[in-house]
Amino acid sequence: MTKTKERRFNPDRDVNPWKGGYRPYDIAKEIVICFVVMLVLVVGLAIVFGSPDDKAVTIQTWSNANQVDFAQTAITELDGTSATAQYGPPYNNVADVSQKIGPFSPEALVGVHIPVNTAQDFVIGPLETVTNSPVLTMALNQFNAASPSQQANWESAYATAVQKAKVFHNVLVVPLARYGPVGIMIRQLTDMARSGALDTSMINQDHFYGTDYTKSLLYVADGTYFSDQGTALHLSGGQWGMMNETGNFPGQAWLWLYSFWYQIPPFTTAWEPNADILVSVLMMILSVLLILVPFVPGVRSIPRWSRVYRLIWRDHYKGRE
Amino acid sequence: MTTLEHDTSSSPEEDAEVSKQWTTRIRRRLVEMLPPERLIPDRQPSFLSSWIYIFGALTIGALAIIILTGMVLSLEGPGWWHTSSLGLFVNSMHLWSVELFFFCMVIHLWGKFFMAAWRGSRQLTWITGAVTFLVSVGAAFTGYVSQTNFDSQWIATQAKDGINSTGVGAFFNVLNFGQMLMWHIVLLPVGVLFLTGLHILMVRRRGIVPPFEDGVNDKSATVASGTQEGTPS
Repeated sequence: MTKTKERRFNPDRDVNPWKGGYRPYDIAKEIVICFVVMLVLVVGLAIVFGSPDDKAVTIQTWSNANQVDFAQTAITELDGTSATAQYGPPYNNVADVSQKIGPFSPEALVGVHIPVNTAQDFVIGPLETVTNSPVLTMALNQFNAASPSQQANWESAYATAVQKAKVFHNVLVVPLARYGPVGIMIRQLTDMARSGALDTSMINQDHFYGTDYTKSLLYVADGTYFSDQGTALHLSGGQWGMMNETGNFPGQAWLWLYSFWYQIPPFTTAWEPNADILVSVLMMILSVLLILVPFVPGVRSIPRWSRVYRLIWRDHYKGRE
Repeated sequence: MTTLEHDTSSSPEEDAEVSKQWTTRIRRRLVEMLPPERLIPDRQPSFLSSWIYIFGALTIGALAIIILTGMVLSLEGPGWWHTSSLGLFVNSMHLWSVELFFFCMVIHLWGKFFMAAWRGSRQLTWITGAVTFLVSVGAAFTGYVSQTNFDSQWIATQAKDGINSTGVGAFFNVLNFGQMLMWHIVLLPVGVLFLTGLHILMVRRRGIVPPFEDGVNDKSATVASGTQEGTPS
């Protein structure tokens, strides 16, 4: 005997077989027409609006546009106080900076996978590739031979002095102080940056071909020049950030919900220190909910309760009245 | 005279062997699941008359243009469109087809939500559609960070914090142009196309969900488990 499992009819889950009529429907024609309509729209929009293409900021353009900002950033890379130096995983080991959700910190758990040592990778390493400057070689030797506390004293003195730096006849002028070889190092690094050599050095640190711009982007993003550019173009986090593009282009409008959480409390207040992980987890939960809508009681009943379906199938219901 | 026709005469032993073949079994199962008249139907239920139904096909149309323009852009490499007016135009087409793709897809999604289109064993159709949307967001995002201009720099440096905070950034490095470009032009498009194909096949297999019954709030009736909409016989 065959057992048929009976269950209560749930209108949000079940349907009865369609016993109404059928009519001719040319799916192939519909698809072709849809493609042509889309093609016309796309060509029209491309002709009328085009697409944005603001040039990338290079270390060369940055350092030529604002030598002082570059030098101020470079010393933070050397003394380990820049945003990248203090970032923590996945770039470097810095205690208690990883974002947490409760006691759990996924980025700390995963650890350092893309190692970045800002002093070595952003300053000392590139300077060591310069072989035709005896003055720089002497400065580097002096710096490398010094004790960590001596290095820290020089760095601190330079970091203070460079706050009052000026550009005179297109040359960076930093007030004199007891910063030892660091003045020569940052001055040479600025010259290297302005010539474009630092861009090349950052990308090709250990190979000829380069497709990884991680270190260059971190470097550029540490300066205020880059963030000033973004803010001027209305792209900062408080201005809905990465869902925008330069100009009046719509950008990734579908990320509105992700960007939305960054605009409101408690993500802008009490939860701000851990906003990234909290927003990310919230969006993961919402994404899973979207996928599982057919199984979520209440949510799957909204279509029936809302009666929007009466509008969608108005011809069908009209015919039954 | 030569012929391409197979010799159809075979022994009962051969027929039995063919019948047990994996190939034969797979073909038989596929035809059972999706007979040609259901895969490419020439009739549809009479309730299918709203403009909302067109947005699924429009989404597919936009996807086709995305793929085609992406293929043209790939012919000359990622830097071409910065220096060529033709490249810039193709890039503009690529951008706007993506915008229209998401516009149509979101309307399609909301339309299917308000139809409760998962009813009648169509849950997997909804799930593949929702996952396709999420994978498409990833495909678009990796495109935005592969533009090799200020936008890509800005979006990548802004997005890294969110992705790094989950621990995923250690393996999915949005600042690594080479990695993002590969995800954008190979892995994620393959995922979107595969899921879209699967979604369409599921729509064809289950058919279009019928309207709610009149008096839909009356839950007194019972039906057998797995009730589905009928298809033209």
